[in-house]
Amino acid sequence: MSLMHDIDFTLNGVRRSATVRVDMSALDMLRDVVGLTGTKYGCGEGECGACTVLVDGLSINSCLMFAVDCHGREVVTIEGLVEDPSSTRAAALRDAFVEHGAVQCGFCTPGMMVQASHLLDKHPHADEAGIKRGIEGNICRCTGYKKIVDAIVDVSKQEKGAGK
Amino acid sequence: MTDIQKYFAPTSLDQALDCLKDGEVTILAGGTDLMPQSQAGKLKFKRTLMNIRRIPELIGVARQGGDICIGALTTVTELLDDALVQRHLPVLVDACDHFASDQIRNTATLGGNICNASPAGDTLIPLLVLDARVELASKVKGKLNWRSLPLGEFFTGPGKTRRAPNELLVGVRIPLPEPGRAAWFHKFGTRPALDISTISIGIAGTLRQGEGLTLFDVRVAFGAVAPTVVRAPLTERALEGKRLDADCIARVAQIARDEVTPIDDVRASAWYRKELIHNMTKRMLAHVAHA
Repeated sequence: MSLMHDIDFTLNGVRRSATVRVDMSALDMLRDVVGLTGTKYGCGEGECGACTVLVDGLSINSCLMFAVDCHGREVVTIEGLVEDPSSTRAAALRDAFVEHGAVQCGFCTPGMMVQASHLLDKHPHADEAGIKRGIEGNICRCTGYKKIVDAIVDVSKQEKGAGK
Repeated sequence: MTDIQKYFAPTSLDQALDCLKDGEVTILAGGTDLMPQSQAGKLKFKRTLMNIRRIPELIGVARQGGDICIGALTTVTELLDDALVQRHLPVLVDACDHFASDQIRNTATLGGNICNASPAGDTLIPLLVLDARVELASKVKGKLNWRSLPLGEFFTGPGKTRRAPNELLVGVRIPLPEPGRAAWFHKFGTRPALDISTISIGIAGTLRQGEGLTLFDVRVAFGAVAPTVVRAPLTERALEGKRLDADCIARVAQIARDEVTPIDDVRASAWYRKELIHNMTKRMLAHVAHA
């Protein structure tokens, strides 16, 4: 029997607790313990970015994070990002992804959107080169990068236009 | 699967060193190496899993006298964004910029990159040419012990260091580079992001302009060409005080190729690595000479 540990953290703005195996990844906790399956398991070794979530406002690979380390932290998943009514950017990203057809099989999409959101938080007016650099840790195996980059560029331009 | 019997997240260095007295402790910092290594079965957990992420003493960059001290828990992103590092240690910023991906840079710590002791560790090459020292703390019979050693003496093999089981890597100490001092880093991989170096090169020296450009107090370090990152004393000697003209650069690049002893592996053959060391050393020195 593996050692279990109780943690308290904030998930998508709501305080909650969980009992997790100490060697478990944050990704496994989100999917198997909490039941939020928007965050995807791609490679399990930090190469693909499908499991990207925000922890204390920074994007990280949840497959590389120990679930126990979520204790006391603020975790935001794709579910929290798109359901946050105060975030106009998340809505803009979602609309831009739809508009540009930036979704093929859809498996990389949650990670791409979380990473894009973090990228625009840090660099609101990122240009195309900056956006490509910002999502270099996210792999789209359909290779639909052009439409994804176009969608994020679009949101960056909208924000520039809105003077944010 | 797991043998972990205890999980502990200390909030002070003192608590962490007390916990380490047991000697049977796996240390968790960013987790970006520990998680995949443990999941792949390459690393077996010890009795206690100690998460050091909540120890404020180990985070941040500070100037102390003539040194820059970097706490072991400072992340790669924090190094990239730090004003002191940007101003005084641009070669470290350059290496951090080539480090994995944004997500991993946000998590991975400098101390973790050092203790993982990979021969291809991205931050290790600039740290070697910057004369970094590692600082280790332990507690014996209630007494705090500190020791410090040059980074070059810290590594004993792939994944192996001179850190004793009861010691914690607290940080690194880097002497402030003197005026005129410059350093360069080059990483060769098949793509810019998320790639483990095929080879990497660091060069540092004090520039003097007389009859042509000359480098003094030269440091040369190579990654992914030996069981650990290495300094290259023969290459350093060949460069030391010599006018950096085409003949000198060609000779130094050949000496560098002959000095390294890489292996064949999944990323490249030994022959190719030697060619890369030759060609990239030549390119870097040509760049230095023309800059």
